[in-house]
Amino acid sequence: METLGLIMLVYVFVLAIFVGFELITKVPPTLHTPLMSGSNAISGITIVGAILSAGLHEFTISTILGLIAVIFATINVVGGFLVTDRMLKMFKKK
Amino acid sequence: MNIIIEVSYLISSVLFIIGIKNLSSPKTARKGNLLAAIGMLIAIVITLFDQHVLTFEWIIIGFLIGSIIGALMAYKTPMTGMPQMVGLLNGFGGGASLLVAVSEYYKMKNFPTWSFNIQTDVTIALSILIGAVTFTGSLMAFGKLQGLVTGKVVKYPLQHPINLLLLVITFALGTWFVIDPNLEWVVILIALISLLLGVLLVLPIGGADMPVAISLLNSYSGLAGSMTGFVLKNNELIIAGALVGASGIILTLIMCKGMNRSLMNVVLGGWESAGSSSATATTDSVKGQVKSIDQEELAMLFDVAENIIIVPGYGMAVAQAQHAVRDLVNILESKGKKVRFAIHPVAGRMPGHMNVLLAEAQISYDKMLAMEDINDDFPNTDIALIIGANDVVNPAARHDKNSPIYGMPILNVDYAKTVIINKRSMNAGYAGIDNELFFYPNSLMYFGDAKDAITKLAHEIKNL
Repeated sequence: METLGLIMLVYVFVLAIFVGFELITKVPPTLHTPLMSGSNAISGITIVGAILSAGLHEFTISTILGLIAVIFATINVVGGFLVTDRMLKMFKKK
Repeated sequence: MNIIIEVSYLISSVLFIIGIKNLSSPKTARKGNLLAAIGMLIAIVITLFDQHVLTFEWIIIGFLIGSIIGALMAYKTPMTGMPQMVGLLNGFGGGASLLVAVSEYYKMKNFPTWSFNIQTDVTIALSILIGAVTFTGSLMAFGKLQGLVTGKVVKYPLQHPINLLLLVITFALGTWFVIDPNLEWVVILIALISLLLGVLLVLPIGGADMPVAISLLNSYSGLAGSMTGFVLKNNELIIAGALVGASGIILTLIMCKGMNRSLMNVVLGGWESAGSSSATATTDSVKGQVKSIDQEELAMLFDVAENIIIVPGYGMAVAQAQHAVRDLVNILESKGKKVRFAIHPVAGRMPGHMNVLLAEAQISYDKMLAMEDINDDFPNTDIALIIGANDVVNPAARHDKNSPIYGMPILNVDYAKTVIINKRSMNAGYAGIDNELFFYPNSLMYFGDAKDAITKLAHEIKNL
């Protein structure tokens, strides 16, 4: 069962990479910087793992590492989405 | 409850995909970013309902601190500082993955309810490696772009053997860890060596190669997220990480193609070392005197020109000249001239760097053309105005087999009737190569700081 579970995760990973390739090749060069900062914000999804670590009932070293991870991931998420929005707001056609 | 959590993660993943899809046009891009942000919010909120999350005070403290720092960074960083900002954000993402992996390790070690198995051990080790390399590598890239660490190519003795050795040691330790997961010091050692590896890998990369380095680190930050997903057996992390990983890889390949170099060549830091040795050779082949021009004569040239293409480069970013350029474009357009921008894929310090700066100066995005869309138009162009670009317009790339940039696709500015090159001085470009374009019969040098020189030029043209 354990191996089957891993295979399923690998499946998802491989298929998602293909979806990523399809999507990203359609992004025009003009938007490459916002694409980078926006996708960067998405990689802040590690925040899910950080929350699970910081929210343990017992206070251990895992909690401390989790807290720092939450801070890092939140900077990544908040900073990434806001700065992307700030950039995209400027792209106008006259 | 578990079903609700899983379905929410699915919705969140779909929102990420739709969000990125909307980035395919500047018209829908802002909406796309918002959709992705909503996806993230859903993922965060639903995770708080996970049965393992029992205390909230640390999480809330983390949210607050992170949000304040993130928002300050997002609003205070000037547009010219975007490459460093993105570099730093990559680093935080990688750092978070590293910390989560180590934290998961201690969870398994300290609580009997969580137990080790090979699958988790392998992914923890990989997560630590990728996360740590992304973290210190990105900090290094940030330092270089911010000018805290030298932007030059740094060579240290036995560079490649040392890095290879460190990588081998990491994998050996990783294997050891999988065999005996109870050895705490092995985990810590893997983390420390990986952190060192990140520094050593980015240190040799020079300023002009930063677009590749930043794209690659972006890809790593995604892969680090995916690895965390494997550790936690969470599909959403795997999907989101894979999307970002793919994005970073595509950008990396575009950047490499824009420089006609292999990824390996960039990672090993080859170009600029080659440049310094053959620069002298190129100097001999380039003969003659450059012709310089002042703003008054230049204004007259512009007055009779119809078709103008502006080629911006990193020099425009350094001088913060984008607003002066906008004023020049407005004046030229008010005189009925056609003005467009030709943007080389590796102009600046990250993919799309020039476009963001021009957009900041309120220049319409349909005037910014990619190399392949505008390169054939140069022969019908009266003036090609180059502002702070150098290597991307060096014709040696087309014919000089001895040039380190031979084979790199360039903007064909020399085919224009007149080429105006705005530059501070006659120094070589970032690749350390002389540019024969400056000596061409149709080339004119317009010396001066980009912002100052362009402002003066705009003023002259206006007063004609």
